[in-house]
Amino acid sequence: MNKHILDLTVVENIKLHTNYVLLKMTHELTLPPMMPGQFAEIKIDGSSTTFLRRPISINYVDKEKNEVWFLIQLVGDGTHQLSKVNKGDKVNIILPLGKGFTLPQSNIHKKCLIIGGGVGIAPLLYLGEQLLVNGNQPVFLLGARSKQDLLQLDNFQQLGLVYTTTEDGSCGEKGYVTQHSILSHERFDIIYSCGPKPMMVSVAKFAKANHIECEVSLENKMACGIGACLCCVENTNEGHLCVCKEGPVFNIKQLLWQI
Amino acid sequence: MANLNVNINGLLMNNPVMTASGTFGYGKEYEDFVDLEKIGGIIVKGTTLHKREGNPYPRMAETPSGMLNAVGLQNKGVNYFINHIYPQIKDIPTNMIVNVSGSSIESYVKTAEAINELEKIPAIELNISCPNVKKGGMAFGVSIQGASEVVSAVRKVYKKCLIVKLSPNVTDITEIARAAEASGADSVSLINTILGMAIDAEHRRPLLSTVTGGMSGAAVKPIALRMVWQVAKAVKIPVIGLGGIMNARDAIEFILAGASAIQIGTANFIDPTITVKVVEGINDYLERHHYKSINDIIGALEI
Ligand SMILES: Cc1cc2nc3c(=O)[nH]c(=O)nc-3n(C[C@H](O)[C@H](O)[C@H](O)COP(=O)(O)OP(=O)(O)OC[C@H]3O[C@@H](n4cnc5c(N)ncnc54)[C@H](O)[C@@H]3O)c2cc1C
Ligand SMILES: Cc1cc2nc3c(=O)[nH]c(=O)nc-3n(C[C@H](O)[C@H](O)[C@H](O)COP(=O)(O)O)c2cc1C
Ligand code: FES
Repeated sequence: MNKHILDLTVVENIKLHTNYVLLKMTHELTLPPMMPGQFAEIKIDGSSTTFLRRPISINYVDKEKNEVWFLIQLVGDGTHQLSKVNKGDKVNIILPLGKGFTLPQSNIHKKCLIIGGGVGIAPLLYLGEQLLVNGNQPVFLLGARSKQDLLQLDNFQQLGLVYTTTEDGSCGEKGYVTQHSILSHERFDIIYSCGPKPMMVSVAKFAKANHIECEVSLENKMACGIGACLCCVENTNEGHLCVCKEGPVFNIKQLLWQI
Repeated sequence: MANLNVNINGLLMNNPVMTASGTFGYGKEYEDFVDLEKIGGIIVKGTTLHKREGNPYPRMAETPSGMLNAVGLQNKGVNYFINHIYPQIKDIPTNMIVNVSGSSIESYVKTAEAINELEKIPAIELNISCPNVKKGGMAFGVSIQGASEVVSAVRKVYKKCLIVKLSPNVTDITEIARAAEASGADSVSLINTILGMAIDAEHRRPLLSTVTGGMSGAAVKPIALRMVWQVAKAVKIPVIGLGGIMNARDAIEFILAGASAIQIGTANFIDPTITVKVVEGINDYLERHHYKSINDIIGALEI
């Protein structure tokens, strides 16, 4: 898949609540093909402390409208500046980058569980849609600190069953995603996950113990995003691999996590 | 179009713009973005005699207008390079140059000797300045004796253009440059990264697994420019300038300070097409000032 540097135009900047924005962008030409789990490197202007681009997952691709969506949590100056863009502004973006999730072959209908935590749900919306399009049944298990941090629930509900957990019990079951009752009631063929590392580690433990295929998406610190600088490595059973090029999605069998 | 050809003691380049080692992979990583042919020379990732896994993650920290890295020369070793990477890059129509690193004189010599055999590699850049490896690396680059020994030893086995990359982490960089010249270097390139550090105050921990790392990017430019100017006055061999070059204007400053060619490193991460833009920008500058050739402005700083 060729990588492109594009000046995308902001179509919409939606404040999801105080800490998150959803940016919808388009281009005068047809956007290049993108796979769920791939990401973009976004150049951020107007922030004196932001020197490098920021890696952000592809949240959704609306082919009909020729839009790509980015779901952004405001953590530091870079993401704060990015959240200030207005309709019509141009943003310089490199995409698509990395290797995304492995979709089951289209003739094998799999029961897929998609587990997301916090802003880690970002790449999972497009993943769910692509799974559905390919004839699989995605089930979502989304966790957050409290109800207001559960993002894009409406969009997920259009694609499949959605279960939730919150740490304060304000929505769905109280606790962490890996404590949800669905995990003991139903059997899944494959689990896809993205979220904070401790969450993904417990998901990986669960998958390993139950012999379920499992892919996770990592968020190592990046400089180039294209496999040139070797800054973003993860230690794997093949040695240090670049998360930006060989990942960000890895099968848990490749990782040297203590699970 | 002005004449952008430069001659680095026998290494002929179509233009003075090169890519800095460790920031441009093996060139292929940038193929989607730039026409590699338009770059004067591509210096590939640091290569050592044996495979190196590099330092543990985290290896990178962003700093004001720059970054720190502690990659630690991760590479698969010179044999892997020769058998698997060289065949893929040898036909890229520009000067493909290998950055050679080592932990002992013997390992530098063996690596250089092996690369000497590769027909399509017209030069090596001897990295005696990597701050990210415990043994060797920078150790050779911080003393006159160390630099002289390793450069002389490599000179005996390496027959093509020998560029020696200098460390800024020294009291007087001109002494090391002169030592490299006296030991047979065809050119010196400078600067490698400056030793730095970053701390995560919230967690009271260093941001790099190695605590310290090498600083690069826009923030280092004034230091790099000063050193290039000093070294260009101190040696007769061509100087290759780098450190914090973000655009054509920066590149021209280095050339005016005495650099015969320049390298672009960290800036590639922000704009993967920057090399080609700098080539165009240098040409524009020459035309605007009615110079016929790049050679007219090398060291043309008026004081
Ligand atoms: C492949 C990939 C995909 C990503 N996708 C998304 C996404 O879809 N939406 C989203 O909101 N974020 C995503 N991130 C994380 C995002 O890149 C960082 O939050 C962003 O770079 C922070 O920039 P900043 O300038 O706002 O904060 P900075 O000033 O750089 O940092 C502020 C704080 O955030 C922490 N931080 C910075 N980068 C990361 C990181 N990579 N992981 C964990 N903590 C970090 C820093 O340690 C610091 O404490 C992704 C990261 C990667 C590697
Ligand atoms: C991620 C990274 C890896 C690097 N690896 C090497 C290397 O292998 N060998 C080397 O001689 N220099 C290496 N360098 C140093 C650069 O080649 C260059 O000297 C330095 O970054 C200053 O230039 P810049 O400010 O344009 O980046 C590396 C720099 C970075 C940022
Ligand atoms: S960020 Fe440069 S190799 Fe991954």
